[in-house]
Amino acid sequence: MLSLLFSYLIFPGFLFLAVVGLLATWVDRKVTARLQYRVGPPWFQPFADLAKLLGKQTIVPEGGAKSVFLGAPLVGLAGAILVGTLLWSINAQPVGRTFVGDLIVVMYLLMLPSLALIIGGSASRNPLAAIGASREMKLILAYELPFIISAATVIYRARSLQFGGIVAWQLANGPFLWSLSGLCAFLAALLVVQAKLGAVPFDLAEAEQEIAAGAIIEYSGPALAAIRLTRAILYFVLPLFLTVVWLGGIDAWFPLKYLGILTLVILIKNTNPRLRIDHALRFFWGPVTLVAVAGFILAVLGK
Amino acid sequence: MLKQIFKWGLRKSLWVYHAGASACNNCDIEILDMLTPRHDVERFGVTLVGSPRHADVLLVTGVCNRQTAPRLQRLYEQVPKPCLVIAIGSCACSGHFFRDSYNYVKPIDQVIPVDVYLPGCPPKPEAMIDAVIKAVAKI
Repeated sequence: MLSLLFSYLIFPGFLFLAVVGLLATWVDRKVTARLQYRVGPPWFQPFADLAKLLGKQTIVPEGGAKSVFLGAPLVGLAGAILVGTLLWSINAQPVGRTFVGDLIVVMYLLMLPSLALIIGGSASRNPLAAIGASREMKLILAYELPFIISAATVIYRARSLQFGGIVAWQLANGPFLWSLSGLCAFLAALLVVQAKLGAVPFDLAEAEQEIAAGAIIEYSGPALAAIRLTRAILYFVLPLFLTVVWLGGIDAWFPLKYLGILTLVILIKNTNPRLRIDHALRFFWGPVTLVAVAGFILAVLGK
Repeated sequence: MLKQIFKWGLRKSLWVYHAGASACNNCDIEILDMLTPRHDVERFGVTLVGSPRHADVLLVTGVCNRQTAPRLQRLYEQVPKPCLVIAIGSCACSGHFFRDSYNYVKPIDQVIPVDVYLPGCPPKPEAMIDAVIKAVAKI
């Protein structure tokens, strides 16, 4: 019991994920700044942002559903921490704590932060937040299909629904990324991760310039801090998921693999304009799903 | 102790919200100029935010007339406290040459509390960074 609490709150859990995630958002901001010929913020910037938000006033908008409005960010945060803890503690040891269907559990839990954003945004009684929430909902509908197909490719090739089986298969035969089917599935999943992070081509749920801040427009103080922390943790957890499923799990090379994926996400973010919601939907159900299906067919053919 | 950490956070991360109270757009353009890569205020943690709920600093430009005074007051009430207000440009500070106009009601510091006054028509981006730093010193 105590070890479970420790792993949820301290080591692979809350504290560790928060520190690594906030540093990852700093890397994101710094690289973005360098790409725009700027100096960029100092390394403690995300920590300062968080400290400030935790001390500010929380305002619940008039007529909003108070408990749902303030509870939704915590649900999202708890979900993100749970995914991170599960992924890390299942895969850190070679003979880990894997169980049947843990891949499916993690894929479900990964949807929790987006759902929290939708529920919290809808509870705030702001028309712009309603637009943001509806966009987020459509985005989930768009990206879940290619995400599931690309995970199915890996499940089919490893003949296993568990992270343990997938990592063991990769230890024996090399990472999935080095095969044609694995590459297709990875490309589709990378774009899905981009959308799950709310990074630029798919940041339409909180497009600053059109709908102010979309679903999070009414949040202030500690609730906003929870949302930003969730986002920061996802910056660590989602690349971790890609690493475990496609790049052979957590080993001595893990920092390099992680930074590689993070750099890819940041580069996609900085070289693309924001998509409109109908374009995003068409993009995910069109080319991305096609690539994912192609990967699955190649997997069935044994490539 | 917690208060110290919060104050440190506030000093290092000021999110600005641009509240235009019917300015002639000159100050607004200079504010945008301050946010460009050339001046790079993100070095000091200053970022432009889209929602007043996220803001720590209100950059108020323009004269306060009958239309904008109640709205500006309402906007100030929507910002979570503590928040700082910087009056940018001579109009926001004193009414400038609209002082005798028929629709001028009162100076901005009688509508909302102002922390730092920054005169100029328009003030330079460097002066605005200086104003933000003076506002930080008041925390």
